[in-house]
Amino acid sequence: MAINWFKYSAPSTFYELAGKLAPWFAWSSAILFVIGFYIGFFVAPTDATQGEAYRIMFIHVPASILSMFIYLIMAGYAALGLVFNTRLSSMMATALAPTGALFAFLSLWTGALWGKPMWGAWWVWDARLTSELILLFLYIGFIALHSSIDDPRRADRAAALLAIVGSVNVPIIYFSVKWWNTLHQGSTIKFTGTSMHAAMQQAMWSMVVACWLYAIAVVLTRVRSIILERERGTQWVSELEETK
Amino acid sequence: MKKLSLFELLGLVIRRDLVLAMRRRADVLTTLVFFVMVVSLFPLGVGPEPDMLRKMAPGVVWVAALLASMLSLGRLFSADYLDGTLEQMLLAPQPLSLLVLGKIVSHWMVSGLPLVLMAPVLGLQFDMSAQGLWVLMAALLLGTPILSMIGAVGAALTLGLRGGGVLVSLLVLPLCIPVLIFGAGAVEAVTSGMSIASHLSLMGAMLMLALVFTPWVTAQALRISME
Repeated sequence: MAINWFKYSAPSTFYELAGKLAPWFAWSSAILFVIGFYIGFFVAPTDATQGEAYRIMFIHVPASILSMFIYLIMAGYAALGLVFNTRLSSMMATALAPTGALFAFLSLWTGALWGKPMWGAWWVWDARLTSELILLFLYIGFIALHSSIDDPRRADRAAALLAIVGSVNVPIIYFSVKWWNTLHQGSTIKFTGTSMHAAMQQAMWSMVVACWLYAIAVVLTRVRSIILERERGTQWVSELEETK
Repeated sequence: MKKLSLFELLGLVIRRDLVLAMRRRADVLTTLVFFVMVVSLFPLGVGPEPDMLRKMAPGVVWVAALLASMLSLGRLFSADYLDGTLEQMLLAPQPLSLLVLGKIVSHWMVSGLPLVLMAPVLGLQFDMSAQGLWVLMAALLLGTPILSMIGAVGAALTLGLRGGGVLVSLLVLPLCIPVLIFGAGAVEAVTSGMSIASHLSLMGAMLMLALVFTPWVTAQALRISME
């Protein structure tokens, strides 16, 4: 059986597929969010050392994980777009950037809210925090470069190159920040390897999956708008129900 | 026409850009004056206590060098872009990466090297020790070429864009953070009596990496911007 793997690499076919898939992802994400919040707030026990404040980790940890993964996925799509000249890959990279930036911001914000009761400060120059902040800067750079170039093809390619350079740099930045931190002060914050309570794990995992599904749903919706905007001059767009 | 070897070509590009820079000395001086000014503003902002200034000095000099090198990036390709020279370079049979490398080297010589030479004078303002000054110079000597090379990628990507000057800083500054960390770290290490070898080796490694990859990436970026 021959499967045409490239069928959905055309914007016109992917537009329909994304339209069909997005509600599924959105609804399952909503259901998992409800489950995650319920377990996180009502089932998971109060932490022995951190009290009730630890519960913010159920949003903080997924946001941090996603912010990092989305950058890599974005750079991957951007590289595909640059190498194979596929329009859809570049559109996906563009669609991923705001969601990634949102999660990076969310991670910093919830981190600050968590840090105040735990460490007594909104912000400490910890390696993780600093590299998350730099990641947010990288996202902003990508979005800024893309939006300041009028020609979409050039914008795609230039931003793609930036994303690739950025992703090569991310490990260098991470380790330099880490060493910088240990040079200045002994790492005061350590994540102890205590075993998590089962309910906490369940809450955490359902939140992580919910955030993934949310990200996919939002990105699919956003890429649909981008496709419509970029392909507005084509026949198939003018024949769509929603554009009439 | 006689065929040029690659080194001769590199020399020609460097010499051409140096001549062009010397014809417009004001541009070179502005970067240097900016550097001096930014560093001199810090004591006015934080107060004249020598202890604190001595502690801050490496960081302040490095951040100022970073900002000054951002300021001069606009000039790297824009003049050649406007008068069409860049287009000819893209069409030339010689490898574009090499031409780009030549431009980066000459750009560093007029915008990075003066900062390295000026830094000890500014360090004296902050009452740094002689040993600290030497290390500061060595670290800047290794670090400013990296700033020029990473900056070249940003300058090539933002070529001919409105608001390119601010945008290039936005793109390049986060990527320069490792240089800042190890550059300022080396000086701090020597003042607190630790070995500077690890810092300088890491900067040397970054310089080598940048030397290999950035001219090629910049050439790709130029092709994207000029198509």
